Amino acid sequence: MKTLALLATLVTGSLLLYGTMDFPAWGDPASPASGRLSSYYIENAVDETHVPNLVTAVLGDYRGYDTMFETVVIYCAGMVVVSVLRRNKKERPENPS
Amino acid sequence: MKLLQERIQKQKIGESLIIKTAVRMLVPFVQLFGLYVIVHGHYSPGGGFQGGVILGSSFVMLGLAFDQSTSMRLMSERVNTILGNAGALIFVGVAALCAIFGGLFLDYSALDALIPLGPIEWRSFGIFLVEVGVGLAVMSIMVSLFWDLGSAGKMDEGL
Repeated sequence: MKTLALLATLVTGSLLLYGTMDFPAWGDPASPASGRLSSYYIENAVDETHVPNLVTAVLGDYRGYDTMFETVVIYCAGMVVVSVLRRNKKERPENPS
Repeated sequence: MKLLQERIQKQKIGESLIIKTAVRMLVPFVQLFGLYVIVHGHYSPGGGFQGGVILGSSFVMLGLAFDQSTSMRLMSERVNTILGNAGALIFVGVAALCAIFGGLFLDYSALDALIPLGPIEWRSFGIFLVEVGVGLAVMSIMVSLFWDLGSAGKMDEGL
């Protein structure tokens, strides 16, 4: 079982590493992220949202889906820990076996 | 100050008098700062995630300096769960309201049909509502993770 898990991890990891080979180089000015999008946010975000902090404007408005599912991920983590670990004192069985 | 120290010394929990007194005095300021970070996210670094973590850390501090039941007396398990669910629901609810009032999902300017503030002001205010939801959810999940992991799920005195 452990060997299978290790194998699955290695295969997934090498697939992900293979995927990063298509990424643009670090700081590449021709990459899509530093092309139209960044300058659009810098020029228009304050006029379109009236939020002086551009980070908040991008995080809360333009990338709202991202923030929403970040919250859902944290919420799921908390609920999983509660459902796995938390014990209700009244429901604990009292048999000595 | 002396009264505070004497009151704390009578309790037979926690370790050092200095730590307990300091935490007792710090907690209100830490909570106020957490609220400030959430609300002031529009103008300075900050926002829901950071402010929620600061708010939650005040209860973690109480749990470390005193014991977990002190922390759970000041913030009950029930209220904590309700706040966490409410936080996640505020975010998804605001987003769904946008869709109901004729816009796209998460397009806050559609809420102008509900309360006429102007579409651009609504985009600013919608971000604020969402940040409050994120702050509540992060705070309660942080506190409940600490309680559960610190007491192995028994929710007693803890560490």
